[in-house]
Amino acid sequence: MTTTTGPVATRRLILQGAACVAVLGLGNLPFAAAPARAAANDKYPEEAFKQKSEADAIKALYGKTAEPSDKVKLDAPEIAENGGVVPVSVTTTLDKVTSISFFVAENPFALAASYKIADGTIPGVANRLKMAKTSNLIAIVEADGKLYSATKEVKVTVGGCGG
Amino acid sequence: MASSIRVRATSNGDITEVQALIQHPMDTGLAKNPAGELIPAHYIQQLKFECNGKDVFVADWGTAVSKDPYVKFSFKGAKKGDDLKISWTDNKGASDTTTAKIA
Repeated sequence: MTTTTGPVATRRLILQGAACVAVLGLGNLPFAAAPARAAANDKYPEEAFKQKSEADAIKALYGKTAEPSDKVKLDAPEIAENGGVVPVSVTTTLDKVTSISFFVAENPFALAASYKIADGTIPGVANRLKMAKTSNLIAIVEADGKLYSATKEVKVTVGGCGG
Repeated sequence: MASSIRVRATSNGDITEVQALIQHPMDTGLAKNPAGELIPAHYIQQLKFECNGKDVFVADWGTAVSKDPYVKFSFKGAKKGDDLKISWTDNKGASDTTTAKIA
């Protein structure tokens, strides 16, 4: 059994090397092989933040689609009296979480924030977002290479009377 | 000038909870000032938390993060007295850094 680890490790190293070369080589081409890795490296995902719809933003950020999951818990108010400051938080029971992102469907640009979760960091984050109007709020959790989402509608009352 | 970053990091021995509040206008570039002129976009793009030489938490932000942003998260692997380094950069190239002791 121990003999198999040697060749496997070598093959993995070769594949990693090849992947690095590929990413470097294609780095200048928009929407080439890079988007799938965009969330994993340290670079600011400029393109994803420019997308208007949440579907395009998710694609630009992760290069794949998400499936709804009840293991992603999105906490946001039913009604936000001030769309400029909407407290939003996400927690999840999923393992191997590498990133958490927030999307506001009706905002001029859908992607609001994206967080990279390091090994040893608890997969959960709380922050405050702006919402232009009543909209679906989508949280995406990337765990073990797959995407899981939770969606909640937040009503934004314009005028601020709170009535 | 006082730092734009206010941080509270507390450890219970295992998990360190971090809360950060940053002073920043976070202008979207879509709003107008009273004179009817567009206020240019000015927002934090990346915020990093580093502890013991490792990035524990990296935030990439767009314009939809509220003015004077707040963020809260927790991580393992640090103890009381460790340094937590926080730094941000915005779309105009400005940046700020501060270091907090985990209490």
